[in-house]
Amino acid sequence: MSTHIGKDFIPPDVPGKVTGEIKYAEDYKREGMVFARLLTSPMPSGRVVNIDASEALRMDGVVGVFTADDLPPVPPPGNPALASEYVTYVGQPILAVAAISEEIAESAIDKIRIDFERRDFVVDPIESLSPGGSNAYPEGNVLVRTQEEGPEGAPIVGAEIRDIKWPQSAIDAIKTGKEPVGGEFTTEWAFGDLDAGFADAAAIIEEPFVTIGYPHHSLEARTGMAYWENGKCYFHGSSQSQSANNAGLARMLGIDLADLVFINEATGGGFGSKIGPYPFMAITGNFARVLNRPVQLRITREQEFYIGSARSGMQGWIKVGVKADGKVSAVDLVIVNDGGATGGGSGNSSAQHVTVAYQPESMRYRGISVYTNTTPRGAQRGPGQNEMAAVLAPMTDKAAAAINMDRVAFRTRNVLDSDGFQGGSQGPVTSAFVREALAQGARTFGWDEKLAQPKVNGSKVRGVGVGIGYHGAGGRGYDGLLRIAPDGRLFIHSGVGNLGTYSYAGTCRAAAEALQVPWERCEIVNGRSDKHLPHSSGQGGSNTIFTHTRTNWVAAQDAIAKLKEIAAADLGGAADDYVIGDERVYQSADSSIGLTYAQAAQRAMELGGKFSGQEYPDDINPLTQLAVQGLAGTGLIGVAKDNIPGQGQPPGVVVGFCEIEMDKDTGKFEILDYTAIADCGTVVHPKNFDNAMRGGAVWGVGMTALERHVYDPQNGLPANTGLYQNKPPTYKDVNLNTKMGGVNIPDPQNPTGGRGIGEPTQGASAAALASAISDALDGHLFNTAPTTTDMIINHLAGNSYSTKSLKTNTF
Amino acid sequence: MPSHDVMPNMELYQPVQVEDALAIADRLADRGWLVGGGQDTYGWLKDRAKETDAMIDLSAIESLRGVRETADGIEIGALTTLTEVANNSVIQDKFSLLSQAAGVVASPQIRNIGTLGGNVSQDVRCWYYRRGLSCYRAGGNLCYADTPQGMNREHSLFETSRCVAASPSDTAPALVALDATMVIRSVDGERTLAAQDYFVGPANDIESTTALRTGEILTTVRIPNTWANATFYFEKVADRNVWDFSLVNVAAAFKVSGGNVEDSRIVCGAVQCTPRRVTNVENAIRGQAKNAATAESVAAMATDGARALAHNGFKIPLMQNLVKRAISA
Repeated sequence: MSTHIGKDFIPPDVPGKVTGEIKYAEDYKREGMVFARLLTSPMPSGRVVNIDASEALRMDGVVGVFTADDLPPVPPPGNPALASEYVTYVGQPILAVAAISEEIAESAIDKIRIDFERRDFVVDPIESLSPGGSNAYPEGNVLVRTQEEGPEGAPIVGAEIRDIKWPQSAIDAIKTGKEPVGGEFTTEWAFGDLDAGFADAAAIIEEPFVTIGYPHHSLEARTGMAYWENGKCYFHGSSQSQSANNAGLARMLGIDLADLVFINEATGGGFGSKIGPYPFMAITGNFARVLNRPVQLRITREQEFYIGSARSGMQGWIKVGVKADGKVSAVDLVIVNDGGATGGGSGNSSAQHVTVAYQPESMRYRGISVYTNTTPRGAQRGPGQNEMAAVLAPMTDKAAAAINMDRVAFRTRNVLDSDGFQGGSQGPVTSAFVREALAQGARTFGWDEKLAQPKVNGSKVRGVGVGIGYHGAGGRGYDGLLRIAPDGRLFIHSGVGNLGTYSYAGTCRAAAEALQVPWERCEIVNGRSDKHLPHSSGQGGSNTIFTHTRTNWVAAQDAIAKLKEIAAADLGGAADDYVIGDERVYQSADSSIGLTYAQAAQRAMELGGKFSGQEYPDDINPLTQLAVQGLAGTGLIGVAKDNIPGQGQPPGVVVGFCEIEMDKDTGKFEILDYTAIADCGTVVHPKNFDNAMRGGAVWGVGMTALERHVYDPQNGLPANTGLYQNKPPTYKDVNLNTKMGGVNIPDPQNPTGGRGIGEPTQGASAAALASAISDALDGHLFNTAPTTTDMIINHLAGNSYSTKSLKTNTF
Repeated sequence: MPSHDVMPNMELYQPVQVEDALAIADRLADRGWLVGGGQDTYGWLKDRAKETDAMIDLSAIESLRGVRETADGIEIGALTTLTEVANNSVIQDKFSLLSQAAGVVASPQIRNIGTLGGNVSQDVRCWYYRRGLSCYRAGGNLCYADTPQGMNREHSLFETSRCVAASPSDTAPALVALDATMVIRSVDGERTLAAQDYFVGPANDIESTTALRTGEILTTVRIPNTWANATFYFEKVADRNVWDFSLVNVAAAFKVSGGNVEDSRIVCGAVQCTPRRVTNVENAIRGQAKNAATAESVAAMATDGARALAHNGFKIPLMQNLVKRAISA
């Protein structure tokens, strides 16, 4: 019976967030601090010919100007903190100005004169691939990776820019919903016999699709404040992660790991755009060093749109073969990704979603990621998987209809299970219980009953839909660190960032569970690296629950082993003769013979060595080594790298069921019901699970119905830089009585049974809503994400509206 | 392009009497900027898309607030917040069309600050113009939106003249439908305009959306009893159900007798630079049964003369459907 796992608790930062007392990076001030502001590119593509900052530098109160010349050069295709010669999107930072007040800094920005040379630009990948199409960069238009892609959110390394054009026939084909024969791709994989798969198919569907990227628009714009003392940089940053920043940021600043103190008490959203250190951080830290005074670099809401990253878009084509028994026999998938100014797309992840949803007997994927002169693109909640889920769901419904199969039954027939695979390499998973989730969801939602209800009521028409969201949900090999203090209290050191999901706190419960310590006797130590925090994963990719319940568990196991060793040495017998309970370590044969945790911790300090952190395992990360060194001699130290055996990707899967009522006069719809069931192993923290499920469900509505980039193809200017213009859904756009649940079957490769679930919550909602919209319109396929009000009205009115142009970043 | 969000330096005047405000506005003339709730002010100024030497903050003038019953209707102070307009019992009782319209403007937070005067006097939301581009409305010599590739989904169907920006107000069509009168004061005295004439299209003045002249302040909105307790219909269609501008809205008032329409005023917003009365529809339904059949028969007339741009063609069926619903409801 778990004491902590699966039980609600209040994470320690919640009161501060409710009262407003908690501090974000922008709230920190320092004596002598100056304010820096950015000057950004006014044009989508050009060359900086000359910068004249002399008038600004003569202003009272201006203390300095910082340009790319003050930073190490970043050759293409890197995303430089400040543009050097070429600018490649509107809003790209070119320089920073610092002054004694924000008002002066802003005024100074207006006094700087930059001479530009304009270049051709492009906002649509297919236009760039067309013969004679413009290239976003002087070097070309396509990002080609020369080494394996890093984890989500990682900077692009091992890549080059190439100039690739498709023959006009391939362009014409993809624009008309056909396979772009002759088009060159940069990523390809396949498994199974595709020809045989299509030959076996009782039905084949072939569809084009387009998904449009949109900004993260994190509520907290990425302010940073940095100062230097005694050779150390103290950096207050806005980040999803904590320890995952240290190594990269230290490199940006050219200092040793031990000379960086990264501070991040709380973060106002990141959604994938703040997983690790982003280029912009280099300006704050280095500018502070150059000026030798604290620098706060705050950006505007508009600049958060520019440099805060965005989801990649897709223009694609898919062909799916289905056998008479409902099994998907073949999938052929083509994706042209819109990589924006940074070039990286998520096509491979999109294809991965297809493998999870269909477990096809054969599949081919071909992808290419094209630069456009739009904002940088990066990981955004379920990058690739979720937008694929949104456009795939109605197609899946069409495939099911083609063989007269119920839509839920079709998904149950095909979806991933514990013996299944994910991705082009057909890698294993730790466990999967999606079929159980589909059955549970269909019961909770009342799928059969809702299908039997009348569909039309005056101008209103009902639609019901089902969808699946998937994302990998866990990592391995990170470190756990904790300390039992001389008073017996348990201090759990967490390098997990506080990105707003509270997973930093939920994962610490694993240590309390293992050591059987009451929660009120535990304290989470986190938020700044000089508190001695271990090496941890970045808080992206839904990994944290799986990854760091394991690290805290192994650290606790190390502490338990040390408790037993100490007790055996002091009280006799072998370590194996001892057990723990009630904050004591005692002989299993005679519970009166034992030590309290407090006594054991005091003995650890006396014994020294591994017991109190003077020695530590060889395999822990250098950052964890520093943390242990900092804690040495202060109690009993539990520290270990997660070497728990096992293999396979832990999957996070959510199934969603949606019912809408669409008004055919206005194209608007109301979400009458939404039910979502997660397959995420044991639910570690129920309240937080519920929050994640609801938040993701809300954003899924944004993906399917509202949010998109809009650029004017005539001048490359973005139309919707503001939060309200980008239209994330509001409480009035979603169903407030959403029903959430979990299969709650433990994952065998996690001692607590948990897996992550953050990202697929959005994909399931987006997919289920897209499926419901299609159902309301008698199976019409828009093949777009988003499908906005105007598209629905145009369809209903019979206005000419074609998805097959695959236009992106525009209306 | 520089991006700002700090208020620039400027003079600030905070009069507490309307006479003082008028004197300051007269003295400052083009150098001054009137602000009530500020919801269409701070963005312009913080973005540096527009600038001013001096701000005249009217928010402390109590006489410009509140709702008063008069012998032949009601008067609403221009500084009355949209929340107050939406919740006022007299307005709800007699002119619920305006309550409904005010109640769906933007978001609760904005309605708590934004004023009726500001909502009807706000500038257009064309994103090119708001971005500070030198379009016709901004004193330049081209329209960025009215091109085959322009991103003009939210723009106008009618009465475009160099500028295709649409009226963003939800309360303006309601006031036109209610035959409201706008009371305008200056140091030279008071003048009144029918709401219908308060709103100005680009053919008449491309740099202003209202008939307000330099030095003038909209002080009061009068609504006569002419349409009190009529049969009303208001509907707003926007992408989002809150915190969004209308794609199209409709405000309609009907006098119905024996099931037939004696008279009506049907006004659509967000389809041209000013609220658009569909007088041809009003004429066509006079004396006809107020029902679905009549609505169906005249709906297409609502968009007579519409010229769709590249991306706003959806507004034609949407406008027709909203007019149809107004009549058939």
